[in-house]
Amino acid sequence: MNAPKSPNTWQYRELNAKNPGLDHLSNGLIELVKAGHNVVAGSADLKYSNGLNRFAAAYPDRYIAFGISEQNMVSAAAGIATTGVVPFVATFASFLGLLACEQIRMDVAYGGQPVRLIGHHTGISLGFYGTSHHATEDIGTMRSIADLTIVSPSDGPQLEAAIRASADWDRPIYFRIGRGRDPVVYEGSTTFSFGKAHVHGFGEDLTIIACGITVHAALEAAAAMKAEGRSVGVIDMASIKPIDRDAILGAAERSRTHKLMTVEEHNVLGGLGAAVAEVLTDEGKGIKLKRHGIYDEYSLIAPPTHLYAHYKLDGAGIREVAEEFLRS
Amino acid sequence: MTSPSAAPAAINSYKPDQNTVDWLRERAQFIRLETIRLIDIAKTGHYTSVFSAAEVFSALYYDVMKLRRGEPGWAERDRFTIGKGHAAVGLFPIFADLGFFPKGWLDDYTRLGSPLGDHPDMRKVPGVDFSSGSIGHALSNAIGMTVAQRWTGKDYTVFCMMGDGEMQEGQVWEAAIFAAQNGLGKLIGIVDRNGFQLDGRVDDVMAIEPLDEKWRAFGWEVHTVDGHDISAVTELLRRLRADDTRKQPALVISKTIKGKGVSYMETEPGWHLGWLDPSDAQEAIAEIKSKVI
Repeated sequence: MNAPKSPNTWQYRELNAKNPGLDHLSNGLIELVKAGHNVVAGSADLKYSNGLNRFAAAYPDRYIAFGISEQNMVSAAAGIATTGVVPFVATFASFLGLLACEQIRMDVAYGGQPVRLIGHHTGISLGFYGTSHHATEDIGTMRSIADLTIVSPSDGPQLEAAIRASADWDRPIYFRIGRGRDPVVYEGSTTFSFGKAHVHGFGEDLTIIACGITVHAALEAAAAMKAEGRSVGVIDMASIKPIDRDAILGAAERSRTHKLMTVEEHNVLGGLGAAVAEVLTDEGKGIKLKRHGIYDEYSLIAPPTHLYAHYKLDGAGIREVAEEFLRS
Repeated sequence: MTSPSAAPAAINSYKPDQNTVDWLRERAQFIRLETIRLIDIAKTGHYTSVFSAAEVFSALYYDVMKLRRGEPGWAERDRFTIGKGHAAVGLFPIFADLGFFPKGWLDDYTRLGSPLGDHPDMRKVPGVDFSSGSIGHALSNAIGMTVAQRWTGKDYTVFCMMGDGEMQEGQVWEAAIFAAQNGLGKLIGIVDRNGFQLDGRVDDVMAIEPLDEKWRAFGWEVHTVDGHDISAVTELLRRLRADDTRKQPALVISKTIKGKGVSYMETEPGWHLGWLDPSDAQEAIAEIKSKVI
């Protein structure tokens, strides 16, 4: 027997086919190289998980295999960046934003080096692989590091747009990206600007500010609520830092209920909700904010879709939390 | 003396002449004296960490490294990263002397607004090739600079000095296996084997021997040298830098004495951090000036 019989059988190296959203990572990098940027990419033994094997196949001389050494990868990337070469280094967000947090602070951000950090499979997207592989703290750890830009694209096309935009952004960047199975929000292509949210409308009853995979779910929830006569808007806060203060304040000003809501697959402490709360309190807006996400606990083990339903981070769940909040 | 010994002819061709040796020895003394002066401004500092490394600093910056006076950002320059960043007080006088920044900066060492602190900041201090202060990162930073030559086409050598206590950091060994795997012949690591860390003798706190065998097992070409023999240090580093055939990174174990130059500092590990009252500073200066190291 030389091969498995069923066409449905798959092995690890065929994983990319199951994560089409991550094609945009390699596509974006290939596009940068083609445009003449001196870009290289590296990964800590996860090139089939993050799809960088496609970049490595296109430019074998521009791919660095770091092996399972996340801290070395980050510090070495900072060393590479001192020479004018722009390194993109990728691993699971659970490791990048936590295990290599100090290297990111010391060598990348304090060092002021334009390294591009790609934390993928973020939030609870790794499902039953376990809580060790969930990243519900990375916005919090990364956001408190000075001079570090944080981008949380909601889908592949937005990721690709952000990679394109990074060519004109000379600061260090942490990209918080999903698993590549995220539903598409922006069919075809889209644009991205640092410090700018993608506003899908302000709601008079409620505006939901989301990031990453929860944007699609928030749009679903908003559509269902609008169908019942509610005025509900959604802001895709893909630029977590710098955050789009104008979008937040715009939503606050349009609210008749004086209520806003944030949604993230992250601890409700330290993440997007906290960032939005800071803006609202800075400006004294008198808004009641519902910060929805993982409520300061370790997430359970389950298939991802079951987890999103359990934590009310899918469309139905967000709608339920939002309605309850509006009634309260 | 160095080991393993190469062919005598090859060694001799890199041997510095007496004038050079005298000059480098004088520069090492300058490094020690300036360190005492700057730490007096700060009122606390790491004398002994500089004193163990003074000959290596002198050999690198005044002889071995490819540098241009007054051009700290020259793209083709050799690079130097340092894991024991607390020895930066011994590097700043060199950088000022090489015209990387105005000498007047030294006079405000550690004062509010000064670019010069106990640990070096690459964004503030021209000449610092990479910031330091968190032990264990420097070799990774150095391998990044070395591997980047593939994409920049620039030709240079990268030196990385690590403390011997730094060998206890796991990231060092992540970097070590990467450097060997990628055949980084343009990378030269130096371990300042002065035998002490904050809490005591390195070999009592967390033993690291056999250090040469460990690095050799990780795929590095390993050499051991008396780190205070300025002639031997210079000769070895010149030879390693000139060797274009080496396909593996090189490591120099520089056997040194922490506090070398001031007798009582050489025997008391507490001198890792301290301050000399002006009267004691004068005596230390006199002792340093009276000795040929």
